[in-house]
Amino acid sequence: MAMTEAHSTGIWSWLTTVDHKRIAIMYFVVGFAFLLVAGFEGQLIRLQLAAPERSFLDPDLYNQLFTMHGTTMVFFAGMPLVVAFFNFVVPLQIGARDVAFPRLNAFSFWVFLFGGLFLYASVPLRMMPDGGWFAYMPLTNREYSPGLGIDFYVLSLLISGVGSIAGGLNFLVTILNMRAPGMTFMRMPLFTWMALIVSALILLAFPPFTVGLIFMLFDRSFGTHFFDAAAGADPILWQHLFWVFGHPEVYILILPAFGIVSDVIPTFSRKILFGYPVVVFSGVLIAFLGFGVWVHHMFSVGLGPVVNAVFGGATMLIAIPTGIKIFNWIATMWGGRLRFRTAMLYAAGLVATFTIGGLSGVMHSSPPADLQQTDTYFVVAHFHYVLIGGTVFGLFCGFYYWFPKATGRMLHEGLGKAHFWLTFLALNVTFFPMHFSGLLGMPRRTYTYAEGLGLDIFNLISTIGAFIFTLSFVPLVWNLWRTWRRGEAAGPNPWDASTLEWTTASPPPHYNFAEIPTVDRRDPLWHPYIEPESRDEGDEPGGAVPRRQPDEPPEPVVMPNPSYWPLVLAVGMLLMTIGALGSLGLTLFGLLVTAVGLFAWAFEPPFGEEAH
Amino acid sequence: MRRRAIAALVLFLGVLVSQGCGGEYPQSTLHPSSDSATLIDQLFDQIFWWAVGVFVVVGGILIYVFVRFRERPGDGRPKQVHGHLLLEVGWTLAPALILVAIAIPTMRAIFIIDRSTPDPEALVVEVIGKQWWWEFRYPELGIVTANEAHVPLGRTVDLRLRSADVMHSFWVPRLAGKRDLVPGIENQLWFRPDSVGVYHGQCAEFCGTAHALMGMRLIVDEPADFERWARANAEPASTPADAEARAGQGVFMANACVSCHAVRGTPAEGQFGPDLTHFGSRLTIASGVLENTPENLARWLDSTQHVKPGNPMPEVELSDAQIRQLVAYLGSLR
Repeated sequence: MAMTEAHSTGIWSWLTTVDHKRIAIMYFVVGFAFLLVAGFEGQLIRLQLAAPERSFLDPDLYNQLFTMHGTTMVFFAGMPLVVAFFNFVVPLQIGARDVAFPRLNAFSFWVFLFGGLFLYASVPLRMMPDGGWFAYMPLTNREYSPGLGIDFYVLSLLISGVGSIAGGLNFLVTILNMRAPGMTFMRMPLFTWMALIVSALILLAFPPFTVGLIFMLFDRSFGTHFFDAAAGADPILWQHLFWVFGHPEVYILILPAFGIVSDVIPTFSRKILFGYPVVVFSGVLIAFLGFGVWVHHMFSVGLGPVVNAVFGGATMLIAIPTGIKIFNWIATMWGGRLRFRTAMLYAAGLVATFTIGGLSGVMHSSPPADLQQTDTYFVVAHFHYVLIGGTVFGLFCGFYYWFPKATGRMLHEGLGKAHFWLTFLALNVTFFPMHFSGLLGMPRRTYTYAEGLGLDIFNLISTIGAFIFTLSFVPLVWNLWRTWRRGEAAGPNPWDASTLEWTTASPPPHYNFAEIPTVDRRDPLWHPYIEPESRDEGDEPGGAVPRRQPDEPPEPVVMPNPSYWPLVLAVGMLLMTIGALGSLGLTLFGLLVTAVGLFAWAFEPPFGEEAH
Repeated sequence: MRRRAIAALVLFLGVLVSQGCGGEYPQSTLHPSSDSATLIDQLFDQIFWWAVGVFVVVGGILIYVFVRFRERPGDGRPKQVHGHLLLEVGWTLAPALILVAIAIPTMRAIFIIDRSTPDPEALVVEVIGKQWWWEFRYPELGIVTANEAHVPLGRTVDLRLRSADVMHSFWVPRLAGKRDLVPGIENQLWFRPDSVGVYHGQCAEFCGTAHALMGMRLIVDEPADFERWARANAEPASTPADAEARAGQGVFMANACVSCHAVRGTPAEGQFGPDLTHFGSRLTIASGVLENTPENLARWLDSTQHVKPGNPMPEVELSDAQIRQLVAYLGSLR
């Protein structure tokens, strides 16, 4: 029964799916759509700033656009694209048939989608939030932001945050409990390792943010005074709650990219990862230190020399494990046989551009230097090098790497390379000049700048770079269209890679593995080429490599049933969210739908009859 | 093709660097004119050169690896290497040592810059950030002014920063790093200017619609010039001499102007907007948006929302004659 359902297509099968691979595709498509929308917003911002004192956008619209650009990129493009890769890759890499909680997984997707759509409902209503993605109090209080814009921001992030926390929990449990026999922690592929770390980060970082959002909601809607200086409270509290989330969020976005690159570089160097345990533990260390550095977003607040010294020092420490990763990637390539397929180009591009972003990061880890750089275009340059040169390059790297696995077809290499070189050029032309405009005195979040500050040429170059970015999507779309029409078949392991996902068919059957593989080493598919490091790591040769699976499962496979209750529950929460804009009746109705969905979900049998 | 791309990149960077070094940059962090800004600039220089050094080394190794280890036809599988303990220790220690070299001057600078000024002779200036302009008060001198502060050369300036509404950030890059203006808290920022001049600054913390146009000027004067400015600005406004300015004063007092603006020595005691007692001596209008000329002032009075969208000053219905008279009056407030 489960099998026939999952093999069916059509809208209903997508609405009720609990298959991690289908959920991954939905996350990817929606996340990519939001990436395009937010990229378009960035393009509009660059058009306004192409020359001094332009009036292409009025200040209110400009403020709305940069708020939407940042909020969308972080929460509705970056996060879902990362989660899309978690969904597709992690179960396959650990030899599992699905995630631990398949229905919860579907629920996470639906609330994320509804959160994003809810945020964008503010566009036709012309009530877009305009307080920045960081939404500093008291500017975002009802007194200074009387419209519904900030409410759209708060509520959309609250609802999608539920999905993020559920997703973090799901992948944490999946990786801890669903690994194939013999897949010990120190045999896990790096991407799975980073997914594990990031899941823990999500679980720890989102709660304080959620608390802050609820405080903000209460201050705005019910007249509480959590951030009201006039009532004796401290508006700085919001900044702490936001950044104790906001900084780990950066690592939530970058560590998966590091994980992808740590799998791709060995594949295309034809050489196992250099210093595997060091790369793993440097990731753990980055995540751990990531919770102790949030004040580096607040050096100009005036918290005093001791606080700034401690957080400045902690921030500098992060450069060490980050550098270790870069050196280990280089050492992996050293002595290898580098094959510059598109995925490898993006991996190499990440190592180069992330290094630039990391070094400018060290520059403002020093609090006195940061007092000049914070809130200027220097910081805009820095984090775009990190988030595009790091996260986006990593995601494109993973896209070109796992696309044949997900679809069974090969992308065109020439078009892929054109895509890489255009994005590489666009990144540097757009954001490198911002180092200069920032140091020469251009603050962020300003809809215009005066003539005579010497900023004109840098801004013009940045705007030209933004056009190259827009252009860079042409070869990508062309490539997808071409592959859709006539892509060559990929086969199970087109890159001659080493990890478990390449043992199964491309695309994998919905049960992933007809037989759960047994693992007895790292990089199991490269077993014949690798000398064991020590006796206890590699045991009897030969028996370790998972056998190539036949197309039909030889033994019964039990798969979870499709279910529409996650969708019902998410709709109930969406109704409550819309109601929170001012309709108590709708909120109560949404609560009812939520309750019904929750109970029906709880009493629904998770597994059908055995499939054959 | 690759070589040409690299050459183009180098050329492009060269143009950028030459752009960054020459020319006129009134709001630059790289052209310090005070002790505090110079300290930060020197620290930045050190870190910058460390970063360039690391980038050249890492970039050089990367390019070497990309070229040297490309797969060539007939290559077999390379030797598999698990790791190397000494290398790992080496590339952990090397960055750590560089960071120590950065951290030591950093810590020294933090404990100078983030502390109150030790100078007992410092000139205290209160700065109050408001959407979207700056109020400057000199408690020792009895001066209240807006958007432009004069300070004497060679004397430490001790700013006391407050906000009347939302977060702002005080930033005059050539004189000091940023310091936020936080509701409910008084922050401090100090610097001692080392050359005479007009320094541009603007709000650096997003504060709403007209955040981009919340500019200011800090004017560093020779001590004698500062004394003259301070004496003049402590006085109440003089009664205008010519007829048109006197008519303008009448227009001012009869309209909404008085409910927000103060002109000391007259019945105008509004507190919401900038104090205009010595408006005629200021360099700019609307916190740095326009140069203070009669034409610009007329434009501002006629269409404030066009010049600075979103600002709280309403567009009062005024005839051309009334605007001319107001311009004469405000210009006479020197």
